[in-house]
Amino acid sequence: MSEETYKIRIKYVKSGVLKYIGHLDLMRFFQKAFKRAGVDVAYSQGFSPHQLMSFAAPLALGVTSEGEYFDAEFNSLESSEELVRRLNEQMVDGVYVKDVILLPEKAKKAMSIVAASDYLISFNNEDIKDAVLEKVPYLLKKETIEVFRKTKKNEKVEDIKKGIYKLELNGDKIYMFLATGSEYNLKPESVIEALCKEADVTYNRFDYQIHRVETYYKNANDKLVSLLETGTKIQ
Amino acid sequence: MSRLALSDEILMGIEKPARYIGNEVNMVKKNPDDVDIRFAMCFPDVYEIGMSHLGIQILYDTFNRRDDVYCERVYSPWPDLDKVMRQKNIPLFSLETQSPVKDFDFLGITLQYEMCYTNILQVLELSQIPIYTADRTMEDPIVIGGGPCSYNPEPIADFFDAFYIGEGETRYNDVFACYKRMKADGCSRAELLHELSKIPGIYVPSMYECTYNEDGTLASFEPIYDDVPRTVTKEVVMDFNDVHYPEKPLVPFIQVTQDRVTLEIMRGCIRGCRFCQAGMIYRPTRQKDVNLIEDYALKMIKSTGHEEISLSSLSSSDYECLKEFTYFLIEEMGNQHVNISLPSLRIDAFSLDVMKKVQDIKKSSLTFAPEAGTQRLRDVINKGLTEEVILNGAMQAFHGGWNKVKFYFMLGLPTETMEDAEGIPALCERVAQAYYDIPKEQRNGKISITASSSFFVPKPFTPFQWAAMLDPETYIERAHHVKDTFRQQLNARSLRYTYHESYVSVLEGVFARGDRKLSKVIYDAYKSGCIFDAWTDFFDNDKWMAAFEKNGIIKEFYTTRERGEDELFPWDFIDIGVTKKFLLSEWNKARKEVVTPNCREKCSGCGAAKFGGGVCFERQKNG
Ligand code: SF4
Repeated sequence: MSEETYKIRIKYVKSGVLKYIGHLDLMRFFQKAFKRAGVDVAYSQGFSPHQLMSFAAPLALGVTSEGEYFDAEFNSLESSEELVRRLNEQMVDGVYVKDVILLPEKAKKAMSIVAASDYLISFNNEDIKDAVLEKVPYLLKKETIEVFRKTKKNEKVEDIKKGIYKLELNGDKIYMFLATGSEYNLKPESVIEALCKEADVTYNRFDYQIHRVETYYKNANDKLVSLLETGTKIQ
Repeated sequence: MSRLALSDEILMGIEKPARYIGNEVNMVKKNPDDVDIRFAMCFPDVYEIGMSHLGIQILYDTFNRRDDVYCERVYSPWPDLDKVMRQKNIPLFSLETQSPVKDFDFLGITLQYEMCYTNILQVLELSQIPIYTADRTMEDPIVIGGGPCSYNPEPIADFFDAFYIGEGETRYNDVFACYKRMKADGCSRAELLHELSKIPGIYVPSMYECTYNEDGTLASFEPIYDDVPRTVTKEVVMDFNDVHYPEKPLVPFIQVTQDRVTLEIMRGCIRGCRFCQAGMIYRPTRQKDVNLIEDYALKMIKSTGHEEISLSSLSSSDYECLKEFTYFLIEEMGNQHVNISLPSLRIDAFSLDVMKKVQDIKKSSLTFAPEAGTQRLRDVINKGLTEEVILNGAMQAFHGGWNKVKFYFMLGLPTETMEDAEGIPALCERVAQAYYDIPKEQRNGKISITASSSFFVPKPFTPFQWAAMLDPETYIERAHHVKDTFRQQLNARSLRYTYHESYVSVLEGVFARGDRKLSKVIYDAYKSGCIFDAWTDFFDNDKWMAAFEKNGIIKEFYTTRERGEDELFPWDFIDIGVTKKFLLSEWNKARKEVVTPNCREKCSGCGAAKFGGGVCFERQKNG
């Protein structure tokens, strides 16, 4: 292993049956895919060397996404285009690599800078769908939005309004832009729960599907932009 | 995305949904409409265990090379899903196409251990296939068993249409050809089974009838038609370098028991330990060409991306090119950050050198399997490992920095006395003493020795197939005594001893040498809720005992009874090459404490030479 490594960030899509694969298993999947692709990934030292890899904002089981990220370190580089091509030769149905970027040397880990994500929610239970969608335009008008939230220690009622940056209808889906990450983390489930409460219908996690659209960080101008803008394409 | 057999709600409500969705790297995709034969390959245990099994990967690859066959996989649904499937009447499905097993042409079930028998019934019932072969029609798949337990298939004979006796790579083409031909002719199920029974290696239980003596032993075992063979000779791969090996094995998403490339380097074992079934049924020993396995190692790492490679064989140290191959692996794999794991190595200068290179000495331990505590008893079981060899190996290792040792023993071996049992702590103590004889500055802190013993189960096709199994009370007493004796050793603080419980071994003892009368017991045990018996959390001895009682079956008839020399055994219709005469002479030599040399030292004429290859002809080749 050479001293100098290149930090890269990979954007990928997780869909279909892959939503049943947890993020640790997906990490192992990517490690093996790197090996199969024969890309020059860097390893830690010691008796059982492992690839240096970390995920941005792990998805819960059962959620799909077209805006996932993880970081890795390489010993040498190829063009983004070539890396995307080679990695995608090693993917299975439900997962593919959209982009590879090179990060500045001092870049922080994706995990530590994630600030927001947006989601599309589609209801598969027609019985309650309309009742819930109807409440979408009104929720943010409320002074407080209270839901039960489980923390590690206990369950408590919490006002989640500060975590909702945007909430609107998108055809027959719900679009939401929420705080994610270490500062404040709001799961889309909590928003749906609040909507169900407003609509006075019973909440059931299996009545709807969650799809993440993109993951964001706050740039130097304090603007929320895609994680893809943290680096540059490799030519 | 292909449609899954289970809904989102079900998958999200159970443990590890990834067990049931397929889609793994290197999964074979075909259109079931484009093939003549759909084969569901089942390992009747949970996914993580089943996916780790090499045999299935080999057959999966071999079958799928044929354009007219699509082989898919099935595993036992874990109890959480089992419950849901019963409630909602969801038929068991294959992972690849997520389609019902009952629509397949074949359901192949691998039989790796006796304690999976109730899981077989679970798979059949959840598949909505009649549990008994007698109740099946042409609408149902042909249920065919294979693997080590099919060397005495009698306890489960009533549940199977056929068994494949021996190594799977050789005869399935004939089975498929026969099936296609008969199906095109519009034959009945009985006619099909009759035809299948004529294929070498195929045993169709319904084509044989057995009668019993008054004392319960087998009186006769005869085919019901003249054209059904009286003996079934095991199938064996004789051109071991020219047989399919999966170059692109499946790579599961979730962590499975063997999350690595497994490379088979040799089949069979030259040693002839008298308790070991594998050592007999896989005779003659055959090795793979070293260039071939080097090539496989590279290809398989490339096709899987695994970060570990391990060798599969019964005794790797006996592979003749082991040195060459191991140093090749260390060189090649090291560059690729692939770990090497080398199980079953004899401890000597070479293996210590290798271990130093591939693992962290601080974390790794030396493993010895003397199996018995005294030289006398080791002679009885024909285990060539002497105390001198153990001490020499251990001392070399201690000087190299090792300070952890593991010992494997068995209790309840034929002719075993209290003195033999006490030999277990005595041997461990001497190893500890040898360690502390090394000057303090040359050793690496305290030594830690862990010994464990399992309850010996006599197996068919071994010299001990005539032997009585110890009764569980005496076994436990003996184990307690060993434990007490451990406590009295000078270095007791460095020694740890554990022993296995007796219940499961007793059941294994019953089924290992069981007969057809036992199928009712298995059925009743299953119906009363026994499942995943190989898992301590689920094993329920009381239910099993009730099932024996209900059917008036005495366990001791199968376990603690010593068999007479002329007894007809339920498995005698199988010819493994090794003759009953040889096994009997070994049984007699055992009781006289006479050892038998290994196949490379001297051929003992066991009978396996009739297959015309392997170790039996090595000497001739080398002059
Ligand atoms: S015939 Fe001889 S060499 Fe061959 S397996 Fe038997 S004992 Fe070993």
